[in-house]
Amino acid sequence: MSLYFMCLILFSVGLYSVVRKRNIIKIIIGIGIIEYSVNLFIILIGYRLQGRAPILAHDQAIENMVDPLTQAMALTTIVIGLALIFIAVTLAIRIYEKYGTFDITKIRRLKG
Amino acid sequence: MNNQTGMSLIVKTITRLTVGLILIYGIYIMLQGHIGPGGGFAGGVIIALSFIHLILAFGRKAVFQKMNEARGLIYIASGALAFLLLSTLGFLGISGVGFMPFCDTAVALLVSSGLFVMFLVLIGLASKEKRI
Amino acid sequence: MELHLIIFFMIFAAIVAVEAKDLLSSLIGLSAAGLGLSLAFLILKAPNLAITQLVVEILCVIILIHATINKDIPLVKDGRWLFNTIATFIFVGVFLFLAFLALRELPAFGAPLMNVSKDYLALGQAKTGADNLVAAITLNFRSYDALGEAAVIFAAVIGVLAISRKTGKIDE
Repeated sequence: MSLYFMCLILFSVGLYSVVRKRNIIKIIIGIGIIEYSVNLFIILIGYRLQGRAPILAHDQAIENMVDPLTQAMALTTIVIGLALIFIAVTLAIRIYEKYGTFDITKIRRLKG
Repeated sequence: MNNQTGMSLIVKTITRLTVGLILIYGIYIMLQGHIGPGGGFAGGVIIALSFIHLILAFGRKAVFQKMNEARGLIYIASGALAFLLLSTLGFLGISGVGFMPFCDTAVALLVSSGLFVMFLVLIGLASKEKRI
Repeated sequence: MELHLIIFFMIFAAIVAVEAKDLLSSLIGLSAAGLGLSLAFLILKAPNLAITQLVVEILCVIILIHATINKDIPLVKDGRWLFNTIATFIFVGVFLFLAFLALRELPAFGAPLMNVSKDYLALGQAKTGADNLVAAITLNFRSYDALGEAAVIFAAVIGVLAISRKTGKIDE
């Protein structure tokens, strides 16, 4: 239970960075921290005490494996997060080309 | 070779020694995904990192003679089509462990060439912006 | 116990990454948090994820450093410091309270439900022939997930090419 709560604290650090900061790179870093905490939470749910990794060996029976389904889900999440960071960085570089700053409050022309 | 672009001589020599080993390790991680830890995604990212290592050491122009965006898009499209074909082949009742290395290879082709092309585009954006 | 230490290290690295003035040191804090996450995966018996997270972390840091290394960023003055900070802390506090209420309904740590994956663990080797059960799930039982993931990467490539089209063409 305390592990779940520490994972939530990590999430709220990333949420603070997304909501409070004005630099675009800091916002991307906050999104990355949120992604880490969600991956860790998914894996923490599927862990079993004194568990073994879900890889079989040929001539021995391995009991008490951890949940392999959550690991497959988290494997999907990691690669999608990488694609998201690529697109966010490309958008940040285009915004820097056009406006000359990373500050999101200086981009006035978006308001029309 | 051209000593003007890229990093210093020490970095280039070490890169020539290590980039083949990184590529072989990526192919190993890709092909043994069904019997050990690894798989198509991790192997594809390691293969892409070996080419990115080459770009960082030698500069862009040395790599552009071998690989550019148009040629990378062909690899991306062929990887995606191959994985689509292999994964819809299960409708015909054809499946089994023999298909897993082929699936991993298709996914690794898609992931490695996709990440490499995206990195090339980002490098082009950053350097064009710096020159102004 | 060591898991508590690693998550505490990740929280510390995340706070450094958020609050550092220099962007390069904040990127180093982000990479430290990612390496801690890879270590936590290894302790939680997920070697597939540990390898993937390690590699993806390196690529992320290379991209972010390339995006920010040559830009001089003027130091941002935060206007209305007190109001913004208090509003943000109230928002985060409400989120933490609601999430804590939702968290009490989960099964306890170390005893997962495993309604579906019992069958995967029992029949995975016999039905697919793969020793690595995570690969058996991603490539055989739930192959549509991998197909959608490949579609997402393809869409990301097309998106990056479309966003950077006007000056992204390299002609030399």
